[in-house]
Amino acid sequence: MNELNHKKLKIRFIFYSLILLLFYGCAENAPFKDMTYTNVGTGESDSIQNQDIAVSAPIFHEEGIFPCSDCHADMEVNTKRRPLVDMHEEIYKSFNHDRKNLWCLDCHNANNRDYLHLANGKLISFKESEKLCGQCHGDKYRDWRFGVHGKRTGYWNGKKQYMLCVQCHNPHTPHFKKLKPMPPPVREEDLRNQD
Amino acid sequence: MQKDSYDSSRRDFLKKLPVAITGSAVALSSCSRQEIDEYLQENFRTLSSAEKKEIISNLEKKYSEKYGKKFIVSAKPAIDNTLFGYALDLSRCIGCRRCVYACVKENNQSRDPQIQWIQVLQMEKDKGIDFMHSDVHYDPELVPEEGYFYVPVSCQQCNNPPCIKVCPTKATWQEEDGIVVVDYDWCIGCRYCQAACPYGARHFNFGQPTVPAEEINPITHYLGNRPRIKGVVEKCTFCIQRVREGKYPSCVEICPVGARKFGNLLDPNSEVRYILKNKRVLVLKAELNTQPKFFYYFGV
Ligand code: HEC
Ligand code: HEC
Ligand code: HEC
Ligand code: HEC
Repeated sequence: MNELNHKKLKIRFIFYSLILLLFYGCAENAPFKDMTYTNVGTGESDSIQNQDIAVSAPIFHEEGIFPCSDCHADMEVNTKRRPLVDMHEEIYKSFNHDRKNLWCLDCHNANNRDYLHLANGKLISFKESEKLCGQCHGDKYRDWRFGVHGKRTGYWNGKKQYMLCVQCHNPHTPHFKKLKPMPPPVREEDLRNQD
Repeated sequence: MQKDSYDSSRRDFLKKLPVAITGSAVALSSCSRQEIDEYLQENFRTLSSAEKKEIISNLEKKYSEKYGKKFIVSAKPAIDNTLFGYALDLSRCIGCRRCVYACVKENNQSRDPQIQWIQVLQMEKDKGIDFMHSDVHYDPELVPEEGYFYVPVSCQQCNNPPCIKVCPTKATWQEEDGIVVVDYDWCIGCRYCQAACPYGARHFNFGQPTVPAEEINPITHYLGNRPRIKGVVEKCTFCIQRVREGKYPSCVEICPVGARKFGNLLDPNSEVRYILKNKRVLVLKAELNTQPKFFYYFGV
């Protein structure tokens, strides 16, 4: 009984302290951009939890592309921004990740092509590419670590799998690709008529 | 206390409504003994565990025979100290309807006549959330379409659910973990709850529901995705058969953009609590004070 009351109190706490603050009527037809609710305090700290981050292998799109050093180890390093024609032409052409400012070697390591690098020069493997993304997209990375940006599967109260940034965003053309929608529902009139 | 008053009001109801009784007596005359037992069984909540076990094993046998697959009908109760909450990112959803069909499959919704617990509404960005001008039948080559956003709507799992108040047989109620459930064996199909729901989230089986045997999901919960019959109301249960085992609802798992989040509102470290704390959040039709545990947010 005590425990029940306690739980009810907790529930009430959540509903009164959070929801009442948050609720927003739709009746007013507020424009999309104007629905603002920020900083609903619950008193918890902001510290990022130390969760195990399960990673899957990088997903290369071209066969035989890795290890990159198979070709690059014997190649002269050319750091100049230029049209790529002999190789990676498709990547070069479609590249639209802040194209004006970014160049391949801002992410790929020039001297050992099997690695990526962070802004401070530290090498990271392709398995940790989310750390690279996190340098420029700190807010998304933080949300991702909490399971809020991106996707987790598995158990809400246990072991989870995380999808990596590059599983949803091609690093060269990062905008999420459009999808074909599944069929719309049958019209209600048609449903009724079936009886 | 609570339980007694439910019981007495139910009995009163039965006494006072000879019409309903006669009506069902006619319907019952062509039923097998087991079906009559099912019909007359006590509301599921008030049964002893031995009685529950017997009902469950009868159902498992019946479904297994009908579909030629071994069925599990769980009666697993709420996990202690959980209150389920859901959050959906309106700035991510692209309206692809993968969730709709994952839900249909997981929860054995009738294919014909078609029942879908999730409806995805397409709305104009300029108009904001506006049910009057929304469209569920959009069907372009690719989504998202320029200038539109998408609002998937299913049961909002209200903390103050108007649907359960109007049920004359108390066939629908809110569980300890906050899930609003329906006991299909107790539902008389009066559809008051459907009318009371401001979200259009309850669905009525006008016809005999059909699910092809090869597509039926045999892992079920008594209060969730077990096969239904003509004349009962059904709706989203947060995938009660999954979430009480610790799994995410199937719509969460299928969503290609990761717009769907689920967890325990009583756990300060859950994804939903993080969202409530850090994001712009809203609920649908807040002015009705239904207090949904289904939140919409802007992940941006
Ligand atoms: C924003 C950082 C970034 C930039 C800029 C970038 N890349 Fe990448 N690239 C990556 C990451 C991360 C991967 C690994 C993707 C994975 O794990 O699936 C990758 C993968 C590759 C691959 C393997 C591709 C495959 O899927 O087979 C090649 C080749 C490549 N990049 C070439 C280039 C070239 C050429 C450029 C310049 C036009 C470039 N990259 C610019 C981050 C970047
Ligand atoms: C089959 C040989 C081959 C493989 C394998 C290969 N590359 Fe290259 N790569 C080249 C060639 C050739 C060029 C120069 C293209 C040009 O100048 O038109 C190049 C250019 C590049 C560039 C542009 C900057 C520069 O150094 O010229 C990047 C970045 C790059 N490669 C990354 C990668 C990555 C990352 C991988 C592995 C995932 C990889 N490459 C695998 C042959 C290869
Ligand atoms: C060096 C900084 C930098 C790194 C590293 C970086 N990004 Fe970006 N990214 C940017 C900038 C700047 C933009 C904004 C570009 C624009 O507005 O056109 C951007 C845009 C994006 C977008 C939005 C694209 C769109 O069209 O909506 C996505 C998604 C994205 N990045 C994902 C990633 C991922 C995933 C990684 C890691 C593989 C990554 N970024 C690494 C700088 C970076
Ligand atoms: C489950 C798929 C998924 C995963 C995993 C994912 N994202 Fe996204 N992300 C999206 C979708 C969908 C959008 C919205 C469409 C778009 O802008 O591409 C988005 C948008 C973005 C944007 C654009 C900004 C915005 O608000 O629209 C950035 C930047 C970004 N993601 C970075 C990341 C980074 C960094 C990671 C990994 C730490 C990551 N994403 C993981 C699906 C994903």
